[in-house]
Amino acid sequence: MSARVLVGVKRVIDYAVKIRVKPDHTGVVTDGVKHSMNPFCEIAVEEAVRLKEKKLVKEIVAVSCGPQQVQETIRTALAMGADRGIHVEVSGKDYETLGPLQVSKIMAALAKKEEADLIILGKQAIDDDCNQTGQMTAALLDWPQGTFASELTLEGGKLKVVREVDGGLETIMINMPAVVTADLRLNTPRYATLPNIMKAKKKKIANVKPADLGVDVTSRLEVLNVDEPAQRLAGVKVETVEDLVGKLKESGRI
Amino acid sequence: MAAAMALVRGVRLGTYNIGRSHSLIFNSVQRRGISACIDPSIGLSDEQKEFQKVAFDFAANEMAPHMAEWDQKEIFPVDAMKKAAQLGFGGIYVNPDVGGSGLSRLDTSIIFEALSTGCVSTTAYISIHNMCAWMIDTFGNKEQREKYCPDLCSMQKFASYCLTEPGSGSDAASLSTSAKLQGDHYILNGTKAFISGGGDTDVYVVMCRTGVKGPKGISCLVVEKETPGLSFGKKEKKVGWNSQPTRAVIFEDCAVPVTNRLGAEGEGFSIAMKGLNGGRINIASCSLGAAHASVLLARDHMCVRKQFGETLSNSQFLQFKLAEMATKLVASRLLVRHAALALQDGRPDAVSLCSMAKLFATDECFSICNQALQIHGGYGYLKDYAVQQYVRDIRVHQILEGTNEVMRMIIARSLLSES
Repeated sequence: MSARVLVGVKRVIDYAVKIRVKPDHTGVVTDGVKHSMNPFCEIAVEEAVRLKEKKLVKEIVAVSCGPQQVQETIRTALAMGADRGIHVEVSGKDYETLGPLQVSKIMAALAKKEEADLIILGKQAIDDDCNQTGQMTAALLDWPQGTFASELTLEGGKLKVVREVDGGLETIMINMPAVVTADLRLNTPRYATLPNIMKAKKKKIANVKPADLGVDVTSRLEVLNVDEPAQRLAGVKVETVEDLVGKLKESGRI
Repeated sequence: MAAAMALVRGVRLGTYNIGRSHSLIFNSVQRRGISACIDPSIGLSDEQKEFQKVAFDFAANEMAPHMAEWDQKEIFPVDAMKKAAQLGFGGIYVNPDVGGSGLSRLDTSIIFEALSTGCVSTTAYISIHNMCAWMIDTFGNKEQREKYCPDLCSMQKFASYCLTEPGSGSDAASLSTSAKLQGDHYILNGTKAFISGGGDTDVYVVMCRTGVKGPKGISCLVVEKETPGLSFGKKEKKVGWNSQPTRAVIFEDCAVPVTNRLGAEGEGFSIAMKGLNGGRINIASCSLGAAHASVLLARDHMCVRKQFGETLSNSQFLQFKLAEMATKLVASRLLVRHAALALQDGRPDAVSLCSMAKLFATDECFSICNQALQIHGGYGYLKDYAVQQYVRDIRVHQILEGTNEVMRMIIARSLLSES
């Protein structure tokens, strides 16, 4: 099979880090803070590598949008088994305001340029929790989408996707080319092995600018304020049920 | 957001590769080294950061959750180590042509430092195993390398380093295990003491006397487990390092083929010492990992524990203590990495530097872990808290692979021999 898979990987603040809001409330502190690949993107890369090991896919291209540092994230994907990388250079103010709409335009443009048959993304990023890029990419390309995938199989040129939905599991069959977004239980990502990390050094990462793809990265959204969640207040104990009802009415809850 | 990753997941080995378990580590800290000034990834190349990341991830997911159990039940975690070997940790600085990862001494130090945060004892054993694999790789002939190294690198087989005897510890060159040549075999008689992995490992790298007294009469033989005449003493009960068994290794008319000798007769002591140079950096690196984890544990405890109406982190005395611990940690780490570079570059000062690094880092890191235990107060003494295991486990690093007193001898000799 000559399928080419595009996997989007995002560099986010490491999940173990304690997040702090910037003093000017325009965002969170990212300087000097440990970053790593979005966990759902790791799952996406792992799925692509498994497809390649099953010989259902020929080439895996890891894509990331951002400044120089995102190359680390692409290298991690290469160390896990991706064949080559594409670094879409976005920096400074543009990077701060980069969101799902712009990324999905970039992914769609790359999918056409690279003649991809499949795009696998994480279902959402752990920094903004948007859960939009996969869906928007599919819409821009007019491709079917299998989101929240917990199982992915190729059956006779079509994709069978088991999706995690509120009511349980939903199984759908979609045609290729398609966009799939990975959910937590899709797989358990492998550790990169030392030999693979060294091999990754030799794999190529191409540099591309959004303008080269005909994409305008200006944001249509403006962040007004970022605040920490409100501190949890102490509770109040009441003596009787009447008191409880009274208090609930007082605070307008009922 | 982090809650998504907090789901307990089973480890799925699958047919492809080693997957990790994203398990929530309950009462122990995420040992990822987030604190900026003691961050162990500062100054590393991108590739080294990748190695370190894998090692940290492996330590946090595959070792840390079991560290206490391995210690209490004295389990030799063969499965976890084999998983580590599949990632390339079985022969980190062994040549790739026999299954090793071919990395540098600095890369190795970084990896062991990270792994040690997950379990010092197990990482220390893995480092001893690596040392033996390297000795066979470097001093063995083609047949020996091809016979032993691939299995050691994949941890199909485990190795032990046998130098110390009941009568010769620091005075290693006075060892008395004899190897008398009879036809095409050496007949070994004697006892080795305190052998890490002894009895549970498959390949024993044994320094024994084939010739005259002193270092020049010592040769290095590879002895396989089922060889007749090879037996083991009782499993020792130790203060720490409990995830590796320690036994005496006993040779009674044990016949070992001459083809199992590494290098020429009389080269054994030199081979042993060269192995130990790297071994000392590895052990020092294990101490670094424990100290790093302990500093984070102490810091986190100080932010949570309140006395006299405020958190311990408001106490200037404890702030200063923490600062001293952090400073000692970074200083130790720099010396260890400096020594690693000297060794891999073959510099003439490498042996002294390795001794300095082992001396300084093991002493300072023990002091750091001990101080971290003190900061925990009474809780630090309970086995529910990890800090006491770090203290117990790294205490022995000041003793083995050359006592810190012997390290001073080596350094003094190098200073005085130049005059």
